[in-house]
Amino acid sequence: MDRTAFLRELKRVLPAEAVLSDPEDLRPFECDALSAYTVLPWIAVLPETVEQVQTVLRLCHSQGVPVVARGAGTGLSGGALPVAEGVLLSLAKFNRILAVDPANRMARVQPGVRNLAISEAAAPFGLYYAPDPSSQVACTIGGNVAENSGGVHCLKYGLTVHNVLQVTLLTIEGELLTLGSLGLDGPGYDLLALINGSEGLLGVIVEVVVKLLPVPETARTLLAAFGSIEAAGDAVAGVIGAGLLPAGLEMMDSLTLRATEAFVHAGYPVEAAAVVLCEMDGMAEQVEAEIARARRVLESHGAAEVRESRDEAERRKFWAGRKAAFPAVGRIAADYYCIDGTIPRKRLAEVLGRIGELSEQFGLAVGNVFHAGDGNLHPLILYDASHPGELERAEALGEEILTLCVEVGGTVTGEHGVGIEKLNPMCVQFGAPELRQFHTLKAAFDAGGLLNPGKAVPTLARCAEFGRVHVHGGRLRHPELERF
Amino acid sequence: MRSQDDSEYLAGRVSEACARGEPLRIQGGGSKTFYSGSGEGGALSTLAHTGIVHYEPTELVLTARSGTPLAAIEAALAMSGQLLGFEPPHFGPGATWGGTVACGLSGPRRPWAGSVRDAVLGCRMVDGRGEVLRFGGEVMKNVAGFDVSRLMAGALGTLGLLLEISVKVLPRPECETTLCFECPSAEGRERMIRWGGSGLPVTGMAWDGRLYLRLAGPEQAVSAAARRVGGDRAVEADTFWNGLREQTREFFSGKGDLWRLSVPPAADIGGLSGEWLIDWGGAQRWLRTDAGRNEVFAAAQAVGGHARLFRSANPAAMRCAALAPALAALHRRVKAAFDPAGMLNRGLCPEAS
Repeated sequence: MDRTAFLRELKRVLPAEAVLSDPEDLRPFECDALSAYTVLPWIAVLPETVEQVQTVLRLCHSQGVPVVARGAGTGLSGGALPVAEGVLLSLAKFNRILAVDPANRMARVQPGVRNLAISEAAAPFGLYYAPDPSSQVACTIGGNVAENSGGVHCLKYGLTVHNVLQVTLLTIEGELLTLGSLGLDGPGYDLLALINGSEGLLGVIVEVVVKLLPVPETARTLLAAFGSIEAAGDAVAGVIGAGLLPAGLEMMDSLTLRATEAFVHAGYPVEAAAVVLCEMDGMAEQVEAEIARARRVLESHGAAEVRESRDEAERRKFWAGRKAAFPAVGRIAADYYCIDGTIPRKRLAEVLGRIGELSEQFGLAVGNVFHAGDGNLHPLILYDASHPGELERAEALGEEILTLCVEVGGTVTGEHGVGIEKLNPMCVQFGAPELRQFHTLKAAFDAGGLLNPGKAVPTLARCAEFGRVHVHGGRLRHPELERF
Repeated sequence: MRSQDDSEYLAGRVSEACARGEPLRIQGGGSKTFYSGSGEGGALSTLAHTGIVHYEPTELVLTARSGTPLAAIEAALAMSGQLLGFEPPHFGPGATWGGTVACGLSGPRRPWAGSVRDAVLGCRMVDGRGEVLRFGGEVMKNVAGFDVSRLMAGALGTLGLLLEISVKVLPRPECETTLCFECPSAEGRERMIRWGGSGLPVTGMAWDGRLYLRLAGPEQAVSAAARRVGGDRAVEADTFWNGLREQTREFFSGKGDLWRLSVPPAADIGGLSGEWLIDWGGAQRWLRTDAGRNEVFAAAQAVGGHARLFRSANPAAMRCAALAPALAALHRRVKAAFDPAGMLNRGLCPEAS
């Protein structure tokens, strides 16, 4: 079917204002938050009801037209990038909180509801939704499920997958499926676990039931300054090893520290090589005991200074810099490229040292701010897109960093997803048998490969191509594959 | 503890079976066969595939081979002041690591510390073709590729033979205490709902004629929480929670079928009569009843949950309600994606048959 005929069909089944096809109307959809990649979609649709989404999917399925679902588009890996001859399916109008059930500590919401809006709706009942990606003021719960998003609270309260009870989704054939249950588990295979983090490749989410937790009675934060990155890394391991499970355990290096201090004036010790933020939450007595223990651990690992938040205002001040780290670094560089890899905590100092060497080798500064408690790094590579070749150099450095994460036993993405950005690093982390299994699994949900094509899982041919130029330790990856 | 890598042999056996078209039933310690069923085909034991491959207390991560005794893993964790958050039932001395994950059963701590699947970080497995695959890893945050390793939890070995499983472990609380209260079922449920939303450091809430509340954390916090809720200190609290987890309490030895209902904690299933035991703060309910199976299935579904016939004298009895047709078809396609010829644990997951 050609575009005109397809458009006519769409307009027959959807209200006129729900179908966008003029280039100027499509422009706002050409990228998600990873703006380095842009593709103008064929058509964008903004349905309002599940039946309308169902109709769109059935039409796309029958005509072999690809579909990319989009929430707020805050993703950082190009996961919601349109495809040129496909439909961009916006779920922006699915923005209602359908029910908050305080007795069962759950909320039933539409996929376009913002992450923070759930906690706001639950607050009158003394409850909140724990996963808190940095973009929580804007990102949507449907996107959170698709990306299995994380945040500061993940070490203690888990990722999205740990906080979702039930998902209702539509398959590409337009079949409505309910995965999970309102209990703590569901019958059959745990397809709910599989949907979390599947990056829109398996279905279109139309409703989510999330778990709510009691708002902690109190929270207090320690800010510890260290003379070396190594000492800070050891202190983080020490806190965990001492049997403590902080609500947040974050770290910033000196470059990030100085940039954030200049931006938010939080009173950070800018002379430190690294700062660790450690937050405890819960009952007042629990927090008091745990803060005292954490302080002893941080001091015993050589903290030059440990400050303790005296009240809520000071606690927020401690966090202000960490939360504003990305825009703060943005002020000191024309552009920056945010990497997202996870490593075992004990390799922290070694990996940061190696990132420093790579930074020199590529001639690009790197700032480090990360979720130290769970080993999720976010190196920020500073570059200037107006200098020819610098973006490409930043991307190449980013791939080196992700390869390093895999080499030390980690992963190429901790919370941002693979999207189109990390397809090559996926070839480093996974071999051909695993990738083949991913494709087989995708086909079990979407035989025609119409949902978000080209994202999340690289083709074997792509990995063979990538492997040809990245031979590690003299070993050619995927030797069984024909070279191109 | 004995440590032996039997991966090559196990993968070879699956490969051979696949070539011959002869199904295999994966066998661990056999402690949960009453729950999983025994499957068809020649037995393939994982018991020689043992050992903790990697355990790093400061990383909160443990990786072990599937034939490793569960008791050995718990002992190793205890030595470092840690535990499995999901507090798995053993149901017998032979419980293995692979069976624990494949059955996906969690104990009383589950609503507060997460389930088996919540703890799983990665796995090595053999699929139905005999191919060795690795998914996930040993770090807390990992969203690279589909989360196949969590899908393995509770799949009863029908999607693959588990070789190694990595999980997140938790620090053992500094102090733990159990309070008990004399109250009828309705009052017990009302208190569980209230405490569940209160932020108390809870790690267990159950009712079996008396209400039990387990608190854990720093000593000051546990004492303060105990003062807030009142009640009597339970004597032999460990015996109570172990008996609940391992189903050695008197309730579980009664005659007739034992049902497990997974439901929202505040759900009222008033229409269904029988003998009840409530765990997981109301979210897991055990029932002995004369009611027909369709009545039990319907009652659980009516409140948004589901029911499973957990123990029955009749091994041929239907354990679960049928899934919606589209979901059942998807289960069959997922099974085929891992085990196209249906070699592994044939018949153990009726939803995918």
